[in-house]
Amino acid sequence: MIVKTAHLNLYYGSFHALKDIDLSIKENLITGIIGPSGCGKSTLLRVFNRMNDLIQGVRITGAVLIDREDIHSPICDLILLRKKVGMVFQRPNAFPLSIFDNIAYGPRIWGITDKKTLRGIVERSLAAVDLFSVLKDRLKKSALSLSAEERQRLCIARLLAVEPEILLMDEPCSALDPIATGKIEELMLVLKQKYTIIIVTHNMQQAARIADEVGFMLLGELIEFDSAKKIFTNPSDKRTFDYISGRFG
Amino acid sequence: MKDKIAEKLLLFIAFSAIGSLLLITFFIFQQGIPLIFKIGLGNFFSMHWSPTRGQFGILSMIIGSLMVTVGALIVGIPFGLACAIYLAEFSSKMVQKTLKPIIELLAGIPSVVYGFIGIVILVPFIRTHFGGPGFSVLASSIILGIMILPTIVSISYDSLIAVPNTYREGSYALGATKWQTVVKLLIPAARSGIVAGIILGMGRAIGETMAVIMIAGNALKIPHSILDSVRTLTSTIALELGYATGDHRAALFACGAFLFIIIITLNIIAIRITGRRE
Repeated sequence: MIVKTAHLNLYYGSFHALKDIDLSIKENLITGIIGPSGCGKSTLLRVFNRMNDLIQGVRITGAVLIDREDIHSPICDLILLRKKVGMVFQRPNAFPLSIFDNIAYGPRIWGITDKKTLRGIVERSLAAVDLFSVLKDRLKKSALSLSAEERQRLCIARLLAVEPEILLMDEPCSALDPIATGKIEELMLVLKQKYTIIIVTHNMQQAARIADEVGFMLLGELIEFDSAKKIFTNPSDKRTFDYISGRFG
Repeated sequence: MKDKIAEKLLLFIAFSAIGSLLLITFFIFQQGIPLIFKIGLGNFFSMHWSPTRGQFGILSMIIGSLMVTVGALIVGIPFGLACAIYLAEFSSKMVQKTLKPIIELLAGIPSVVYGFIGIVILVPFIRTHFGGPGFSVLASSIILGIMILPTIVSISYDSLIAVPNTYREGSYALGATKWQTVVKLLIPAARSGIVAGIILGMGRAIGETMAVIMIAGNALKIPHSILDSVRTLTSTIALELGYATGDHRAALFACGAFLFIIIITLNIIAIRITGRRE
C-alpha cells in the first residue's frame, strides 16, 4: 500500500466536498478514479500532493498516508512530498520557457546546476516519454511551439525529471484528440512499471482500458473501490452499475 | 437622427484630437529642424551650448538627461519590481485592493510637488551627508525614480497577474517554493510586460521637466560624480524658451524634436514588446 486514506473528509468552507473516504492504492498499478463532474475526484487527487493548500478555506480531517507517512503531520516536508508525488494537469501546462528549461526546471529547483548532469536528465526524461528522437534538435525552442500532445508528454517528462514515485494525473487526455489520447495511454502503461499512477478521468472507457483498480465516486463519497474488471463487469453497488451503464453522469 | 449627429460630433472631436497632435508634431519639427541643417549635425551634437555666441551643442544636456534617467531606473526598477511582485504574488486581496490604487495615485501628484519635496528634504540631506551642492544627479535620480514607480509597478503587476495559474500550479507541483516560482517562472513569463513597463517609465523620466529643474541644479557641464549638478534637455527648454529668440529659439525646438523622437521610439518599442506577447 503506497497510498492510504482513513476517514478522509475535506471541506471548502462549509461545503463538504469529500466524505469519509477510505482507500488503499497499491504500488506499480494504475488506479483510476471515475465519477460524474463535481463528485470530488479531482479534489481527492489534489489531496495527495497537498495542492489544496493553495486554496483558501480548505479544511481536511482524517489521515492520508503516503509510504506510511502522514502527509498532514507537521514534520512532513511539503516540498519533498511534492517531489515524490508528481502531478500532470488537465491542460498541458508547459511553461513559456525552452523545451530544455522546462525539463530542467525541477532538477534546477532541487539544486542541480551542472550542465552535463542537467543534459543527461533532460535526455533521459524526454526519452522516457518518447519525445527525445523528435525533439533532440530543437531543445532550445519554446515549449509553447509544440502540439497539445507533445506538450502533455513534455509535462510528464518534466515530472519524471525530479524522480517521483507516484504520478497523479488529472484528466490528462481531456484536451487531446483520440489518437493522442491513445498514445498517452500507451505511455502510461509503460510508466506503470516504474511508477504508481493515479488517474482521474471522466472517460470510463479510458479507465477500463488502462486501470488495474478503479474507484467510483459520487457526491464526495467513494461508492466502490475494486479491481477494474469487477467494477466494469459486476459492480456491487447499484449506483456504480447505473453510472457505468450510462443511466446518469 | 440624433444618433447620427452624435456620431458625427464624436468623430469630429476624435479627429481634432489627433489633428492637434499632428499639428504640434509638425510645428516642433518645422521650427527646429532647419537650425540643425544650418549649423550641421556635428555642431548640434557638440559640447558647446552658448546661445549668445551662436553655439548650440546639446551633448552635455543629452548626457545630463541620460544620467538622471539611468539613475531613475536604478532607483525605480528594484523598488518597482519588488513592489509589483509583492502585490501580485505575496499579498492578500485586501492589501492589493488598498495598495494598488495608492501607488497609482502617485502618478497623479503634480511634479512640482515632487520637486518641492526634493528641495525641502532631499537636497539638504544630500548636501549635509554626502557633500556637494545637494542639487545633483543623485537627488534627481531618487525623485525621478519615485515618480516612475507607478508606471513600473502597475504594468509589471498587470503582467504578473496575467500569467495563467496553471503555470504556478505546475511549478508548485514540482516542489518549487513560492519564491523559486516567482524568480524562475513568473518573471520570465511576464518578462515582456515588465520590460514594457520599464521602457515607459524611462520615457517618463526623460520627459520629466519641473521636478528636475527644481533639484538638478541645472549647471551646464558634464557632471563628474553623482553629487554634481546637471542640466537636462527638458530643463533647458523650460528655462530658456521664455527669453530665447531667433536661432536660440529654433535650437530649443530642435531639442524638443530630439526628445520627441526618443520618447516616440521608446513608446513604439514598449508597444511592440507587449503586442508580441498577446
